Amino acid sequence: MVNWSKYSSPQAFYPLAGRLIPWFAVVAVVLMGVGLYMGFFVAPTDFQQGEAYRIIFVHVPAAWMSMFLYVVMAVWAGIGMGLNARLSFMMAQAIAPTGAMFTFLALLTGAMWGKPTWGAWWVWDARLTSELILLFQYAGVMLLRTSIDDMRRADRSSAVFALVGVVNVPIIYFSVQWWNTLHQGASVSMSTGSKMAATMLTAMLLMTVAFWLYSIAVILARVRCIMVERESLPVWNEKPAVIQEAVEAR
Amino acid sequence: MQWGSVSDFFAMGGYGLYVWTSFVATALCMVWEVLALWRRRVAARAEQRAALLGGTDETTA
Repeated sequence: MVNWSKYSSPQAFYPLAGRLIPWFAVVAVVLMGVGLYMGFFVAPTDFQQGEAYRIIFVHVPAAWMSMFLYVVMAVWAGIGMGLNARLSFMMAQAIAPTGAMFTFLALLTGAMWGKPTWGAWWVWDARLTSELILLFQYAGVMLLRTSIDDMRRADRSSAVFALVGVVNVPIIYFSVQWWNTLHQGASVSMSTGSKMAATMLTAMLLMTVAFWLYSIAVILARVRCIMVERESLPVWNEKPAVIQEAVEAR
Repeated sequence: MQWGSVSDFFAMGGYGLYVWTSFVATALCMVWEVLALWRRRVAARAEQRAALLGGTDETTA
């Protein structure tokens, strides 16, 4: 059994995160390579959308990550509020920029898909509009933090904002069912399974796992930066030789 | 495999502009994020080390 609670302190979490980052990064790069190979060389041409459909190999994983990361950010924010845990707030803070990046990419690649298929870069349909709101929510979480000087108040305010905004995630997800959207329905569903060719689905899932592992790697790297920036003199992250040098210099 | 030639591959059945913009933009965002984090880490550690080694002396950073 691993005693997980011992990693809940920044002192223990910092080196653990540092050891994990390369593994997540390497597996992410390998899976991205395999996913791109399958997406471009194994998956067949779509009989309706031609080669334009290949955008889904970045569009769908990016869109899924944008929603998933928002929920994870809100969960960390909630844990932070409940337990008053610094590390949880720092995790929420570390997730926001990566979530915002994937939201931006989902919108951008969606426009790249919309233009040739619908004839428009953008339409105000429920799916696109709610995803755009998600981008504003990420921006709100980050701006709220930077606009408040007091760290505890910044943590709590952005956590409340993140938690309230989580209602938008099911709206995005179910928008294609609830409203008559131009955006097509889910290609992969838990109730009806997949409507795609097996190789298309495999490539898309490989890219999704790769994006997920990439997210973990960059979020862990960012939370380590945040720890160094926020904790005054975190001696525990320095090498013993540097600490020795500092002690002798005093 | 469905590509007859390299130019076929880049043309993407006429959708090359849209497909490649999507993939290149995604790649650029990821590379930019990793580089930005790397720079942030270097800056944070330098500041921390400077503070640890006695305040204002920038040469030890």
